[in-house]
Amino acid sequence: MITKSSVQIRKEWDIVGARQMGRNLAKELGFGTVDQARITTAISELARNIYLYADKGKVAYEKIEDMNKKGLRIVASDQGPGIHDLSKVMEDGFSTSGGLGAGLPGVKRLMDCFDIVSEPGMGTTITTIKWVR
Amino acid sequence: MPETLRKIVVENSDVISKNWLDDITEKRESDYTSTISDSLYHTTNQEFINVIFSSINQRRDTGDMDDFAERLINLGWPLSYITDGLQTFRRVTIDFILSQSDQVDTEEFSRIFNIVEDWVEPIINQLVKQYSGSWEHTVSLQRMALQELSAPLIPVMDNITVMPLIGTIDTERAKLIMENLLEGVIKHNSEVVLIDITGVPVVDTMVAHHIIQAAEAVRLIGATCILVGIRPEIAQTIVNLGIDLSKFPTKSSLRKGFKTALKLTNREIVDLNNFKEEDITTTIDSLK
Repeated sequence: MITKSSVQIRKEWDIVGARQMGRNLAKELGFGTVDQARITTAISELARNIYLYADKGKVAYEKIEDMNKKGLRIVASDQGPGIHDLSKVMEDGFSTSGGLGAGLPGVKRLMDCFDIVSEPGMGTTITTIKWVR
Repeated sequence: MPETLRKIVVENSDVISKNWLDDITEKRESDYTSTISDSLYHTTNQEFINVIFSSINQRRDTGDMDDFAERLINLGWPLSYITDGLQTFRRVTIDFILSQSDQVDTEEFSRIFNIVEDWVEPIINQLVKQYSGSWEHTVSLQRMALQELSAPLIPVMDNITVMPLIGTIDTERAKLIMENLLEGVIKHNSEVVLIDITGVPVVDTMVAHHIIQAAEAVRLIGATCILVGIRPEIAQTIVNLGIDLSKFPTKSSLRKGFKTALKLTNREIVDLNNFKEEDITTTIDSLK
């Protein structure tokens, strides 16, 4: 069974809406507090990247409820400038905006699955999954 | 033509009001207003239709409409009540006019429609404007209130200040935190500043980045910054993110942070009771 929902990111405060929604879904799925914090933080990073680099985009959520495992899939997508060097942004400490540069590699460590597709000039789509343990 | 129509409508206001009230009441069934008491709902409807008619009658805007809208806003009635009401009114009125004339061709129909539209449109516009004005006002007030709560700096002791942070930190707040922090450190002559993040729901790289910058700036003006109130789940996410917070001391609670702050300023808390007892025993001992 799959339940889908999404939040549009246009303003800085939409980030708060996005992660609130993620937190609620995580709670419903039965994630513990630590994993809830991880998911919320990951959403915060992804949504902020959209806001900072692409101006607008959306974060979509899918509750995955299979026979043997449950999880939350989060898809952050935008039609922004895209990423030129994917391996570079996955390095710790690389940032084009003067930030810490821990965002994307951090999200990868916070979540269980991480997939990034980006085409310069076409936008970026990041898909991540966290399984309930 | 518009004048004759106006006359027809005004003269038959009883019938139109009745139709309108019936329609509105029927709509109410599955509606947002179901929590409102019947009598209040009926008096408001009555008033609403009166206001509409008086506005059509006088053509020009009246204070009645303003007063009515203001009362609705104060009562917290939804805007959709007004828009639904006016749309229903438009439909009922057009139906009524059409039923009065024998034959209606397309041209006639569109003319009637336009005339009624001309009556209803300005009322809708005015009410929507008033509603949104009141919302904007509320939002701006709340924004101001939020800003006031934003980043207070509390001097708890000589040279020790605490900044409790509560709620989401966005770019604007981060800037404010930095300013208040540095200003406060100078003003209160603090040696140690405790930043308490117990109330911050999410610490992502951006929030961490701002905290690190603030701590670094505090260090530059000669004070020490201690980050306190790091909840276990936050500690784990910070580690996962790979954020380096080793440049300044961190503590799990404000209490522990405060003890460290005392140590840093060469002070300690002494329990007066124990102290007195010891004092007395030593005095007695010395007497022996």
